Amino acid sequence: MAAPKKAAASTAQDKTDGGSPPEFTREQELKALRDMLLIRRFEEKAGQLYGMGAIGGFCHLYIGQEAVVVGMQMALKPGDQVITGYRDHGHMLATGMEANGVMAELTGRRGGYSKGKGGSMHMFSKEKHFYGGHGIVGAQVSLGTGLAFANHYRDNDNVSVTYFGDGAANQGQVYESFNMAELWKLPVIYVIENNRYAMGTSVSRASAQQDFSKRGASFNIPGQQVDGMDVRAVKAAGDEAAAWCRAGKGPFILEMQTYRYRGHSMSDPAKYRTREEVEKVRHDQDPIEQVRNRLLAAKVSEQDLKAIDAEVRDIVNASADFAQHDPEPDAAELWTDIYR
Amino acid sequence: MPIQVLMPALSPTMEKGNLSKWLKKEGETIKSGDVIAEIETDKATMEVEATDEGTLGKILIPEGTADVAVNTPIATILADGESAADLAKAPAPAQQQKSAESAAPAAAKAEAPAPKAAPAPQAVAEPDPEVPAGTEMVTQTIREALRDAMAEEMRRDADVFVMGEEVAEYQGAYKVTQGLLQEFGAKRVIDTPITEHGFAGIGVGAAMSGLKPIVEFMTFNFAMQAVDQIINSAAKTLYMSGGQMGCSIVFRGPNGAASRVAAQHSQDYSSWYSNVPGLKVVAPYSAADYKGLLKAAIRDPNPVIFLENEMLYGHTGEVPKLDDFVIPIGKARIVRSGGHVTIISWSNGMSYALKAADELAKDGIEAEVIDLRTLRPMDTETIINSVKKTGRAVTVEEGWAQSGVGAEIAARIMENAFDYLDAPVARVSGKDVPMPYAANLEKLALPSVAEVVEAAKAVCYR
Repeated sequence: MAAPKKAAASTAQDKTDGGSPPEFTREQELKALRDMLLIRRFEEKAGQLYGMGAIGGFCHLYIGQEAVVVGMQMALKPGDQVITGYRDHGHMLATGMEANGVMAELTGRRGGYSKGKGGSMHMFSKEKHFYGGHGIVGAQVSLGTGLAFANHYRDNDNVSVTYFGDGAANQGQVYESFNMAELWKLPVIYVIENNRYAMGTSVSRASAQQDFSKRGASFNIPGQQVDGMDVRAVKAAGDEAAAWCRAGKGPFILEMQTYRYRGHSMSDPAKYRTREEVEKVRHDQDPIEQVRNRLLAAKVSEQDLKAIDAEVRDIVNASADFAQHDPEPDAAELWTDIYR
Repeated sequence: MPIQVLMPALSPTMEKGNLSKWLKKEGETIKSGDVIAEIETDKATMEVEATDEGTLGKILIPEGTADVAVNTPIATILADGESAADLAKAPAPAQQQKSAESAAPAAAKAEAPAPKAAPAPQAVAEPDPEVPAGTEMVTQTIREALRDAMAEEMRRDADVFVMGEEVAEYQGAYKVTQGLLQEFGAKRVIDTPITEHGFAGIGVGAAMSGLKPIVEFMTFNFAMQAVDQIINSAAKTLYMSGGQMGCSIVFRGPNGAASRVAAQHSQDYSSWYSNVPGLKVVAPYSAADYKGLLKAAIRDPNPVIFLENEMLYGHTGEVPKLDDFVIPIGKARIVRSGGHVTIISWSNGMSYALKAADELAKDGIEAEVIDLRTLRPMDTETIINSVKKTGRAVTVEEGWAQSGVGAEIAARIMENAFDYLDAPVARVSGKDVPMPYAANLEKLALPSVAEVVEAAKAVCYR
């Protein structure tokens, strides 16, 4: 079995592993920009609607982390499954789920992906191979491993992309899953989105091993730290991990070093970090600005970029409109979908 | 003085076994650790090792003898200097055993269905409406009925597979999956590490993508580690996805008290799981129901908790010889009809209920005994119709009374048949204590036939 690849030597400091990632084509840059912008604008709108009381309960925004799901999705093929935890709006949009259906679920309306019965943390799309949306921290890791088990059982070449955070990475079932995934050579990419804070607890206060790419070391699962703010680096790592899985070599761990700009949820006073820290990341590493700057440097016109902005805003505004005007679920829905 | 070799108990629930082979002859020298005989139970063949040294003096039970009770002397060993003439000095078995009850674990459970009187599950008056009249029956243990149910469904549907601890190479911790690995191979009969939380989640994930896993828990006590995946992931996802993503999965294994395994290994989870919408919960008693309901559970598109009982695994019963014998989930069965009092139970609780009905009949009280078979969805109609006839009801369960299934049944009777009741509903249950280890205390902690008889008489004002 291959030893953990880059994990052994790398640290947070040398994560770039020498040099920049492979360049994107212009089409790839434009697609990445558009998909990341859609998530950012969608989440900003969700934040607004929450403030207006149109969205209830918990609402965990993905702003800052967009490059992770967008880059990973560019490494996947149709049929690959995606599963994640509760910070899931970005993942849904990245898999191609409609903004209307996601936003209407946030407002608890009948046109939502779960007919208004799931809410922010519990949405699914069989068609887009999105398996949730799970509210119990870490549960999706075993479930995602089960999706990979099914791929292996059916002998297809699909890969399960199982996302979880630096917080979930400390749950016991994660390691139970790692063990079986490697034992049975299951095609699963464990994407650990390390945004530095599990709710209000920083990685340094919660994790004895802060290099998450090494978390599979005792199971012989290779791991790699990735600059999760650079969509090109994410895609390159995703390509490598997917190839590993499709070749029947078992699971692969990608630690995405990323950052969430907003609080853990809408009700987070964010006393655990400074405003300056957030501002510095936004200024120096923003995943969307990186792509925009590269496109501008490559002589794409401001106007073209504005057109993308406008398209995305239209989609998001339309989804907000839909989500506020779509009726609530019929009362009879209370009693449906318990058994089939 | 010659030493007696006794028929050993090889598991907490073993009560008898077959002496299949002697590996030493009379007159042969025996050293401690030598294998002297092979014993076969319904689960496995085991070797008997000598613990004493000497010469095999006399074989008391010849090889090929079936159903030798635990603690029966099977041979005598002569110590150095002793001869066959000393054999007569061997102590009588009764003196050597401290007491039959404390030496034989299973015998301690006097109220448990005694295998010697064996086919208790079939001692019923009413024919099963699910079985066409004239159907040929085969006699099977419940263990075999479960195995056959899984094998038939695995032959029928390539998406069905079994996973759990020791289900494959070891042939099942309780030998329920015996032979499945040989027929279906390691791809479909999967040994997991000891990792209930993890493999339950993997099973649910596989089910979400359309496979139909049978997840065996070595016992349901260990499923407490996995209860989050069972409830939060398996039971709720269909609802939370607006009907898009369900989960066809069976969680099965022994539930409740076995024998002398104490508090952590003896809990009855009937009420826990039957509390949860999204789950179906099945807890059969007879061999035929075990088979027909497990097949139904595997085919069901929803998550099904299939609660078995270790005390019943070795029991035999008549199972219909039909190509496809499936019993619908959610239907109780009246196994004995009577007009004076309704006794409602399920799983091993039925053993107390049926024996109590026999006792009551001697006193002229005719009990109607209902085997619920399924706890969720509960067949309220069958209960209510019976109570409307008898006006009296007793529930029997091995689990605790507080928030128990009996409490639920009592509430439903009150809601639906209050005006028909001639007495308050009585509950017989496991006592409100963690299960003790000592044989006498364990017996006290479980329900008894006498308690059921007493409760039935009380509601009849007798």
